Amino acid sequence: MKLVSLEMGSGGRLMQDFIREKLLPVFKNRYLGLLHDSALLPAGLALTTDSYTVDPIFFPGGDIGTLCVNGTVNDLVVSAARPEYLSLALIIEEGLEMATLERILRSIKKTAVRTRVSIVTGDTKVVPRGQADKIYINTAGVGRLVGRPQPEKIKPGDKILVTGPVGEHGLAIMLARNNFRMTSRVRSDCAPLIFLLPLWKNGALWMRDITRGGLATVLSELADKISYPLLVEEERIPLSRTLRGAVEILGIDPLYLACEGRALLVVKESEANRALKFLRNSSSGRQTTVIGEVQDKTGRKGEALLRTSSGGLRLLEPLTSELLPRIC
Amino acid sequence: MPPRKSSLETLSDWRSGPTIRNLLRAISRETEAINRPLRIMEVCGTHTMTLHRSGLKPLLKEAGVVMVSGPGCPVCITPDYYHEAVIDLVTSQKNIIATTFGDMTRVPTGRGSLQTTVPSPGSEIKIVYSPDEALELAGQHPEKEVMFFGAGFETTIPAIAFTAKKAAATGLKNFTLLAALWLIPPALEAILRSGEVDIDGFIYPGHVSVIIGQQAYSFVAEKYRLPGAIAGFEPADVLLGILSVVRQVRAGRPEVANEYRRAVRAEGNPGALALMAEMLEPYEAEWRGLGRIKNSGLRLKSEWQKLEAARRFNLRLQPGKSLKSGCRCGEVLKGLLEPVDCPLFARHCNPDHPQGPCMVSYEGACLIEYKYSSGEKKK
Amino acid sequence: MCLAVPGKVVSLQDDGTGQVDYMGTTVLANFSLLPGVKVGDWVIVHAGFAISRLDRAEARRTLRLFQELEKLNSAD
Repeated sequence: MKLVSLEMGSGGRLMQDFIREKLLPVFKNRYLGLLHDSALLPAGLALTTDSYTVDPIFFPGGDIGTLCVNGTVNDLVVSAARPEYLSLALIIEEGLEMATLERILRSIKKTAVRTRVSIVTGDTKVVPRGQADKIYINTAGVGRLVGRPQPEKIKPGDKILVTGPVGEHGLAIMLARNNFRMTSRVRSDCAPLIFLLPLWKNGALWMRDITRGGLATVLSELADKISYPLLVEEERIPLSRTLRGAVEILGIDPLYLACEGRALLVVKESEANRALKFLRNSSSGRQTTVIGEVQDKTGRKGEALLRTSSGGLRLLEPLTSELLPRIC
Repeated sequence: MPPRKSSLETLSDWRSGPTIRNLLRAISRETEAINRPLRIMEVCGTHTMTLHRSGLKPLLKEAGVVMVSGPGCPVCITPDYYHEAVIDLVTSQKNIIATTFGDMTRVPTGRGSLQTTVPSPGSEIKIVYSPDEALELAGQHPEKEVMFFGAGFETTIPAIAFTAKKAAATGLKNFTLLAALWLIPPALEAILRSGEVDIDGFIYPGHVSVIIGQQAYSFVAEKYRLPGAIAGFEPADVLLGILSVVRQVRAGRPEVANEYRRAVRAEGNPGALALMAEMLEPYEAEWRGLGRIKNSGLRLKSEWQKLEAARRFNLRLQPGKSLKSGCRCGEVLKGLLEPVDCPLFARHCNPDHPQGPCMVSYEGACLIEYKYSSGEKKK
Repeated sequence: MCLAVPGKVVSLQDDGTGQVDYMGTTVLANFSLLPGVKVGDWVIVHAGFAISRLDRAEARRTLRLFQELEKLNSAD
């Protein structure tokens, strides 16, 4: 008997296979087939949805409330849409402390104000104890298009940018779940990406928020979409010092750790300097870095390559199997 | 310019592009003089990882050195029947907590893996970070039996021996050890004696050597006339070890060089060795792929039999019906087969559906090849 | 699997354990296999146990060797 495994939802290859083989053929239509972060609908609208089941619900740097707004907002931003309206559906386990619920709602409110979206509809369900883990949240978001992703226009020389240090959300969650006898100051990077919106009119050809599967998975998916290989430099990828120490101990490749407030951008070569300056001047994009560029000589079509700090070249594969820390 | 004081912490010193380039050039100068490509076995899975993750394998090939992976992955060489015995135990008996290291739980066997096993009521399989943790669990759950299924080489064995000693001293009656403990030098000797593998030298595992020291490998240089060097795990460390081996080949003077002197003393860690000798004794152990090797495993001495899980639970540690998947892990572990040359590799065997332990363990040559190397498999 | 990076001992307790720091992340380690360890020592930890104390002078010697290789190569 074939059973659904956790890995099918981990953002890696198994999940992509599931979407391609089981979902697309059944529901295929001209909006879904594109598999963007959001569906681009008629009349300049974008629609997206996401469910949040994070465990634990409070973690250093955020909680399920900040996550459920930022995550959906960010999916719209990287689809070139200005987020406007959100739905909010709560699935609550019987027995959750009311104070906990109120704290989450306050986070949702604060993040909605910060990202300038209105929560306009919603739903509340309570399930018997044990049938859910404290609280799950689903949000859907509607945004208005301000530009258009143009992956087909990406060509050699175009620059690949990351908006800040990667991997901190994934690490913060991993350590909040199991401390491995470790103490770390690492905090989730959970944050809205709305500061990226102006770039859709200023040279951005493609964006993706770096979530499950991490930077490596996003790069490898991008490489699949375009006609040229990508090359990024390991030394230029921003990583915080605290994260460097922790990933060494855990034996985890930081390029596969999730973020919740970082994006990867491809910007036209001619506009790259201006875009970099613009992002570095915004408070959320201060640590933006050009990590590489689209190639015509190194690599083959479909490949995302990493030049390691030792000078070797290595292929970046999408995340396979759930990210487990090295234990021993 | 004198090196910075923080040299131990500054990883960039051991990974920097210029240092790596200089080492590679020094290596190729030697191989040019020798005038043939060399084959060197990296015994340890963590070295395999360093070579792939930093993209050094192709650069070394250009410099005239082909690296061959060896048996240095404890998860990979532990025979299936250990896992199957644990699976039988937790599915047939109540109130057992079977503890083990992370990647042991994913190894596929004829009876599934520890991860896919549904234990009896009150029993569970738990991942631990250190053997210490298993002992703590035994203290916290006096109503249950806590078994530690410990797999490891000399690096891990002292920690396990320490835990066993502590368990005996504290008089905990509900802690047992299932020892899958393996020794590197006898395995190297078995590989050399078989004469199947054509190599010019070894890179010895850095942290196994921290425990056993330099002398333990001298038979390789003396009896088999093969060069070798102990190496650390940063990219520059591994290349330094390779450079030493290549120089030994050129000079025709095989020895056991120590290129990881900041961590490895010639005599090893005497306290750890004494503890191992106090608690454990060698026996003829079976390795997956390599078969039975004299004095290659360690088990609890007879005076500590009360801690022996196989005895307490009457476990059958004998080859049973093994998984017939066509997995050729055994040949990979001996350096006879490159992962990409296995017919299953990337077709029927991948990290999501592993057919053997080499595709499961972080130190497994197949998993590392799959995750980090491009080319051949992408058809 | 081996942890390549050394950590710095930041605290020791009477029960033979203590904290080891890796660039701001600290880990609980058992020092029973490494008698005489002191706060400030650099150590290698494996499976929760410190197994080796690093020799700074040897580390510096190796780094100097890298610099000599640099000279050797530029003399080519």
